[in-house]
Amino acid sequence: MHTVALQVDAISLRFGGVVALANVSFDVREGEIRSIIGPNGAGKSSMLNCINGVYRPQHGCIAFRGQAFGRSNPCEVAALGVARTFQNLALFGGMNVLENILVGRNRMARSGLFTTALGLAPARREEAHQRQHARRIVQMLELDAYGDANVEQLPYGIRKRVDLGRALAMEPALLLLDEPMAGMNIEEKADMCGFILEVHQRLGTTIVLIEHDIGVVMDLSDRIVVLDQGRKIADGSPHEVQSDPAVVAAYLGLDD
Amino acid sequence: MGFFLETAIGGLMAGMLYSLVAIGFVLIYKASGVFNFAHGSLVLFAALAMARFSEWAGTVEGLDSLVLRNLVAIVATLITLLVLAWCIQRWCLSRLVNQKPVTLLMATIGIAYMLDGVGQLVFGSGIYKIDVGMPKNPLILGAGMFPQGILVNMEDAWAAVASVLMVLMLAAFFRLTRWGRALRAVADDQKAALSIGIGLESAWLLVWFLAGLTALVAGVVWGSKLGVQFALSYVALKAIPAVVLGGLTSIPGAIVGSVIVGVGEKLTEVYLGPHVGGGIEIWFAYVLALALLLVRPQGLLGEKIIDRV
Repeated sequence: MHTVALQVDAISLRFGGVVALANVSFDVREGEIRSIIGPNGAGKSSMLNCINGVYRPQHGCIAFRGQAFGRSNPCEVAALGVARTFQNLALFGGMNVLENILVGRNRMARSGLFTTALGLAPARREEAHQRQHARRIVQMLELDAYGDANVEQLPYGIRKRVDLGRALAMEPALLLLDEPMAGMNIEEKADMCGFILEVHQRLGTTIVLIEHDIGVVMDLSDRIVVLDQGRKIADGSPHEVQSDPAVVAAYLGLDD
Repeated sequence: MGFFLETAIGGLMAGMLYSLVAIGFVLIYKASGVFNFAHGSLVLFAALAMARFSEWAGTVEGLDSLVLRNLVAIVATLITLLVLAWCIQRWCLSRLVNQKPVTLLMATIGIAYMLDGVGQLVFGSGIYKIDVGMPKNPLILGAGMFPQGILVNMEDAWAAVASVLMVLMLAAFFRLTRWGRALRAVADDQKAALSIGIGLESAWLLVWFLAGLTALVAGVVWGSKLGVQFALSYVALKAIPAVVLGGLTSIPGAIVGSVIVGVGEKLTEVYLGPHVGGGIEIWFAYVLALALLLVRPQGLLGEKIIDRV
């Protein structure tokens, strides 16, 4: 028996007259890697943005561990333990690598404004503790060499890794990865795959992955949802999805 | 040479005074992308509160000492500023999330008039004194080197020290504390900040309180120099070209811009003034800012704005 971590129930999302998602339902089990795939414009990113609270769907309900949050904002969703990375990097450009990851620890920190501002001992201990944790993430993602570098000066592949690190700093129960390998070369992709698997195995994090590289998706995923033009057209194990005629048709643009 | 140095040092001090106000502009602009028109009024409001609280504290039995009175007044003013920041956030800014910058700009103009009105309603509209014991006597430096020595206004020197201290403390706060980092995160990318659980409401509350804090320091310094009166809110008008010069997004820029304005206007007034009939101090900063805008729109230390097309 599997426990369901995330339940997505009959989500419909429209932008004016454009239907981005139409009645999409699926679930994500505790501890699995669940991928969402589909051609361009299928609604993958819209789906992720609904889960993350950026978009508010007109219909349907999303529940994480039994808590429904169809009308929450991203900040409240983050408080539930849902972290995400961004397709088009959204790192804090004015900060170095360690600071970017450290700021992800904010949710875990408890020191109040005034103890912090006055530099009292408990606040200093906490700061040291958070820094230590952030350094462990830096090590795990093999970013040691870049710790003090400003993120804007780093290569693209490394910045994607920092983005993952910042999300991991939140100690998420659910991690949403929006095309973590977009624009990477083969070597960088292999590294990123390794890190995702390591996170999944070592921390047991439940992961929802959007990715264009079908090979990567087939290797990593436990189960896959396929979207096309805002509708769910298939749902199952990599093997089932691969041989589904509707999926083949959607990817090759055949009329069925 | 002695006279030149004296003028330049006087300008430097004046520049540090401007920077007290300029930093407040930069804080709000960085955190929310809004040019805060109300900052001058915030300076006046903080100074009024400080002056009157100190006066009122003096009427209480047992609070005769100046230091004690000022301490009580500072605490009371800080609480007032915190409540004010909360009101601005709760009733104005949180309703304008995702609006165009020009809408927010108009809102800050509204806040400016509210602050002027409410401040004078509550604290009175007379001329009040702030006395925090800043020394009034000038100091003469280098008497051996130059014929008359160099005259330094000690009041301005203390203000400059206060300004430097405040900047160092702000820098440490932004660099070394989680609250400071959270504010930088919001300033950098609101969407990403939200996704890691940093709420805009608390960030804006904090940044308006910090702006209030800098306004209080500026208000105390300027107020004890000029007296607390309505004209104090015009001091901010001198800080605007300084901020434009230095770049709206940079705190070091605000200081550099302020010093350039301070030194520049004093030197030109003294050396060019007699040839053009004086009054250079009034327009110098604006012309300089305008000239720089033509060459470097982002200011000296501001971030270059690159829009992907």
